[in-house]
Amino acid sequence: MDLTQLLAQYPHEENRLIDLLLDIQKQKNNHFISEQEIQMVAKHIGVSEAKVCSVISFYTLLSFHPRGRYVIQICRDIPCHINHSASIVGTLEQLLGIQMGQTTQNGLFSLEYSSCLGHCDAPPSMRIDGRTYVHLTPDKVKAIISEYRGRTP
Amino acid sequence: MERKLISARCGVINPLSIDDYIKTGGYVALRKALRMERIEILEEISDSKLRGRGGAGFLTSTKMMGLAKESGPMKYIVCNADEGEPGNFKDRFLIENDPHQIIEGMAIIAFATRANHGYIYVRGEYDHAIEVLQWTLLEARKHKFLGNNIMDSDFSFDIELRSGAGSYVCGEEFALIESIEGKPGRTRVKPPFPTSIGLFGKPTLIQNVETLVNIPAILTMGGKAYSKIGMPNCTGTKLISLSGNVKNKGVYEIPFGISIRKVIFELGGGIENNKKLKMVQLGGACGPFIPEYMLDMLIDYERFEEFESKTGAGAIIVVDDRFDLFDLMLRVVRFFEHESCGKCTPCREGHAQLVILLQKFIDKKASMKDLISIESLARVMHQTALCGLGQSSPTAIISTLRYFRDEYIDRCDIWTN
Repeated sequence: MDLTQLLAQYPHEENRLIDLLLDIQKQKNNHFISEQEIQMVAKHIGVSEAKVCSVISFYTLLSFHPRGRYVIQICRDIPCHINHSASIVGTLEQLLGIQMGQTTQNGLFSLEYSSCLGHCDAPPSMRIDGRTYVHLTPDKVKAIISEYRGRTP
Repeated sequence: MERKLISARCGVINPLSIDDYIKTGGYVALRKALRMERIEILEEISDSKLRGRGGAGFLTSTKMMGLAKESGPMKYIVCNADEGEPGNFKDRFLIENDPHQIIEGMAIIAFATRANHGYIYVRGEYDHAIEVLQWTLLEARKHKFLGNNIMDSDFSFDIELRSGAGSYVCGEEFALIESIEGKPGRTRVKPPFPTSIGLFGKPTLIQNVETLVNIPAILTMGGKAYSKIGMPNCTGTKLISLSGNVKNKGVYEIPFGISIRKVIFELGGGIENNKKLKMVQLGGACGPFIPEYMLDMLIDYERFEEFESKTGAGAIIVVDDRFDLFDLMLRVVRFFEHESCGKCTPCREGHAQLVILLQKFIDKKASMKDLISIESLARVMHQTALCGLGQSSPTAIISTLRYFRDEYIDRCDIWTN
């Protein structure tokens, strides 16, 4: 969807700023907010660009930098850690040929650490593109990644 | 041992079906409330001695009275579903399995306190919970449990859903308010409290998901009867999020007053792979680590207050003896370093310094002076941080200095200054 069309769906109210930014990111394949988008959002909501930037920099789910088509977030907190999340991180790094915090060259995957995803009853867990995967094992991770690889034309 | 007061429908009904909810006694309490005097509802809640289930354990009736006393055309009820405390997943469990209970609880509180608008603030990572709530709100409106003239009474109330964007601190009352207003989630100085000046400058009552679902249960059974469940000053049931190196991980509803040992070994089936239990973290990342010999402690807010922290969210994280205490604590402190909003100095700078100090203990390069520094820094942060995050985050360190002091001393080089 075109940004102008998207903006038209939102009222000129500051309290909808976070929703709007999340929505913009969701519509884009590289899940980030560009400088031009910051300018347009600021104008639409009626706040300064600095204010929009302060919101983007504060919230983990919002980004100034281009990310992969699929952002993979892996929990790094104790309940997952003591249930072998490190082996999941290792498997992903090896499969994708990147380190945590990086994006694959083809722009398909980004690897990020996340705070607790709230699925401690089924550890370890990761979240990709709005879906949470639990009870992970290296084999399960391999299957999930090849499924995502198969999705793209 | 379990007593299912608020989780009885979970896993039994189809959470997306309002008919299932109504067939199992849903919205009966709201119907009852709409025929009661407002003060009667407040008295029932007061009789129940219900305390907030989000962590701080504040008396719900006191907060409700605070809002009820405020006049003015706009008053808000906010459901805090920004569950982000590592080890906690009971709010997600409630939302995904019995979402209408939350709406019913909010509507009853709104009626009793004359609030006219509600928000549910869910953390952005809870994608499925958000979808469930969107559907639930539509269904509740369609069946006239929300909107204008609820159940053909003269009471009108509606709820909006707001999603977080990845910030733990937004579970703190004022940070949450700032976030709904579209700003970075940085807390405000209290007082004034949200019940007098809250969201958009208007009186606002913020309650945790689990607290809200207790409201219909209280109105159904009566406040006095409710207060007989659990402990004398800590009434009702508590959802426990059990995780870590335990066999049966999951959410369990127990009356207050059951020991931690029973939860782990009877409900949880004990430690996985025949390992030995080393320690347990209570409440979540902001809670204390306790050793095995303390497991007979009862789950009771009065007992938890000893730790001067917010252990009341109900997480129990079991750790077996393969894991290093300092490695886990570093994880806890790094979590808070990342999640600190940066507004007050003790929290912003304190966590960075705690990371440096803990690293010294991990590398076995700490001196006795570092031991004194880490202890005093943790205390200063606890006493001077602006909000609950920085006040409770040093609990892991304060508690381990008490119960696992030997491990600190073992890592100190007593000849270094």
